[in-house]
Amino acid sequence: MTTTYETLVDYTDAVERYDPVLGIEVHVELGTRTKMFCPAEVEFGGEPNTQTTPVSLGLPGALPVVNGKAVEYAIRIGLALNCGIAETCRFARKNYFYPDVPKNFQTSQYDEPIAHDGWLDVELEDGTVFRVEIERAHMEEDAGKNTHVGGAAGRIHGAEYSLVDYNRAGIPLVEIVTRPIEGAGERAPEVARAYVQTLRDIFRALDVSEARMERGNVRADVNVSLRPTPESPLGTRTETKNVNSFRSVERAVRYEISRQAGVLDAGGRVIQETRHWHEDTGETTSGRVKSDAEDYRYFPEPDLVPVAPSRDWVEEIRASLPELPAARRRRLQGEWAYTDLEMRDVVNAGAVDIIEATVAAGASPAGARKWWMAELGRRAKEQEVELEQLPVTPAQVAELQGLVDAGRINDKLARQVLDGVLAGEGDPEAVVVARGLEVVSDDGALLAAIDDALAAQPDIAEKIRGGNLGPVGAIIGAVMKATRGQADAGRVRELVLERVR
Amino acid sequence: MSTISRDEVARVASLARIDLSEAELDRLAGELDVIVAAIAQVSEVATPDVPATSHPLPLVNVFRDDVPEPPLPVEDVLAGAPSAEDGRFMVPQILGEE
Repeated sequence: MTTTYETLVDYTDAVERYDPVLGIEVHVELGTRTKMFCPAEVEFGGEPNTQTTPVSLGLPGALPVVNGKAVEYAIRIGLALNCGIAETCRFARKNYFYPDVPKNFQTSQYDEPIAHDGWLDVELEDGTVFRVEIERAHMEEDAGKNTHVGGAAGRIHGAEYSLVDYNRAGIPLVEIVTRPIEGAGERAPEVARAYVQTLRDIFRALDVSEARMERGNVRADVNVSLRPTPESPLGTRTETKNVNSFRSVERAVRYEISRQAGVLDAGGRVIQETRHWHEDTGETTSGRVKSDAEDYRYFPEPDLVPVAPSRDWVEEIRASLPELPAARRRRLQGEWAYTDLEMRDVVNAGAVDIIEATVAAGASPAGARKWWMAELGRRAKEQEVELEQLPVTPAQVAELQGLVDAGRINDKLARQVLDGVLAGEGDPEAVVVARGLEVVSDDGALLAAIDDALAAQPDIAEKIRGGNLGPVGAIIGAVMKATRGQADAGRVRELVLERVR
Repeated sequence: MSTISRDEVARVASLARIDLSEAELDRLAGELDVIVAAIAQVSEVATPDVPATSHPLPLVNVFRDDVPEPPLPVEDVLAGAPSAEDGRFMVPQILGEE
């Protein structure tokens, strides 16, 4: 790895003195069954080179044919991003030499993307909505996968040779390119992250991709430039390639802002180049100097005829679009009667789906939120897992809340029942029975405990009799202790008051 | 007048990974110039209302259904590889990246 000798400027200081401008390119691998231009099956994790055809290997004479489903998916994405859909567009060859590109060109789109001029509203964690303008979304194909042998930790640097697997070559991609994202200021890293996350959620809602970041289904290239003020002309940008997690997108933007501010402060000039993101150190390092667009010698792909989606087809696809995540959140917030803050917390915790399932299983929205956000949220955090990974189902949480609502257990007992469910002891009902956790509903037993408590604390009993209800809690507490928490505090309170009259 | 310079030929050759000698650069600059001049005659008859053609057939939307077909057997895939390892193509050290 190249060592950096650049001086980083403190982030807060950097964004006080410079205005960051972003540009983000997101590639999404489409979830079609076959590749973009040939019928080789797309399957994650297959043995090397078992999912190829003469087309995806770039063998002489092989002719590509466009996957109609991939075009449909690209249109779905374009429409969801509020883009116009081209009446006619072509594929183009992007020429460059790299072992993972078997044809020595990537079949892409150049001056005629299938979707253009859209926008996406991105919601930040505090609820602020930031609009990102979309320049274009175009169709292309993925490259194969190089494995570098002989260098440290599989890095290209110091490698003796490389091994190439073309299973991924030709998988359909849609690349979404933003216009310059201006006006984000100090929140630029957060906007970048939220944008990529919002796109990921949309891909999933549209069912056009599994959109799993950890599998590289969604990859982001992040362009960053700085200028002295928002009125200044755009500064020179760098492009940090293949930033493949939400957190990394945020960190990479932040790092580049600090680094470029350091270069500019020192009187230097930012070099227009590709940079590599290093997850381990949280730094970017210099890659190759960015080629001019003409170096790719784009020209129209002669082996493919134009794609001209009829307006009828486009409208048919538009009509079939599912409810998108932002609209769904608004609808659910209304149905669940959550405040803005409550809903935002649920969204940020990634708990929308699980709460929806819990409500569908019969829980009240308030009850579902209480369990998942408080008790289960805390446990998930302790164990560093997602809510979905906890060994409890939405149906079990709904059942638990049902037992509380029916007065059979109180909140404290419910937490013990939850312990049992999480420990694999079965459904809440079974845990209540097996652990004997039901509340004591026998008034006789409660009255006996109350009498004991009053007798043990005569001064408090006297105050209550005198009309001072403040110390009732002490008696209730003693009764709860005596019944090992298995009493309904409300009922105990009623009985105490009856008793002292 | 020459429109294709020797430098231009050298640049394009380098982009296309074609190793040309000094003599070849000189010769090709001249030859390409003649070719470009010949093609330039097209622009004399192509008026702005004639759209650029990238394909001679009046076809659009030639699509395939998204249905898998058997892939090439991996033995066939690697049959033409100069060398292979673990079912993958072996290529020389990749330079100039990272």
